[in-house]
Amino acid sequence: MTGTQLTPAEAAEVHESADPDRPWITVVHNDPVNLMSYVTWVFQKLFGYSRAKAEKLMLDVHHKGRAVVSYGVRERMEYDASRLHAYGLWATVERS
Amino acid sequence: MSYPGLFHREGDHCVTTLRATEVGILRRVFTETANLVSDRHSADPAAVRLFPDVYQDDEVEADEFRRFTEDELRTEKSHQIGVVLGCLPHRAGEVRLDEKQAEAWLRALTDARLTLGTRVGINDDTDLGAEIDNAAMRDPTGVRAVQLSVYGYLTYVQESLMESLIGA
Repeated sequence: MTGTQLTPAEAAEVHESADPDRPWITVVHNDPVNLMSYVTWVFQKLFGYSRAKAEKLMLDVHHKGRAVVSYGVRERMEYDASRLHAYGLWATVERS
Repeated sequence: MSYPGLFHREGDHCVTTLRATEVGILRRVFTETANLVSDRHSADPAAVRLFPDVYQDDEVEADEFRRFTEDELRTEKSHQIGVVLGCLPHRAGEVRLDEKQAEAWLRALTDARLTLGTRVGINDDTDLGAEIDNAAMRDPTGVRAVQLSVYGYLTYVQESLMESLIGA
């Protein structure tokens, strides 16, 4: 693609989306035991999400069976999943 | 006013008064959960739920991750249960939890409910009241009737502690 000039910001964006370590997600799956109020509280506590955002994610888990709660590099997603396991939530890591 | 097992807020603390029966139930349930959590070789379905695979489609990667993280997870879960057991009165009496202790209780209650919930087969359609009635009709003192009732009791305690902590 000769002749295409990228500004530094555009170049950074291209680099980011091409980064093989970038597209990973942490998924929380629905389970019949955990309380809705508890799941919302855990999302707020572990990710610093607002009450509104945490509640929306909790309802997605509840109604759709799963929700993406965080995304980023793989190691970070593994860390997030293990924190969620420490709080008794059923979490997995996958490619987005 | 205070109902047994029901938490209320007093300043920075979540407080309840437990009867001797409740203390006995909680001590037994949490001791059992602690045993399950510390057993590295358990093939118990409840243990599978407490320590789920982080990769659903890649057993090798999941095992690798488990190798590096599971011990710490077990230690952490044991610690939460230890906090709960340490807060229980000797026979009956008051439980007064600061925020950190309340958090440990919520997490340990979750693990205990996941364990019991797996044993009695709780699913999204379970009508707990009807299940308890059915089980009690067949055998009022049978294991299933007792486990279902204890599960219901733990849910009630966790709900009231959660509400008391976040002020819902």
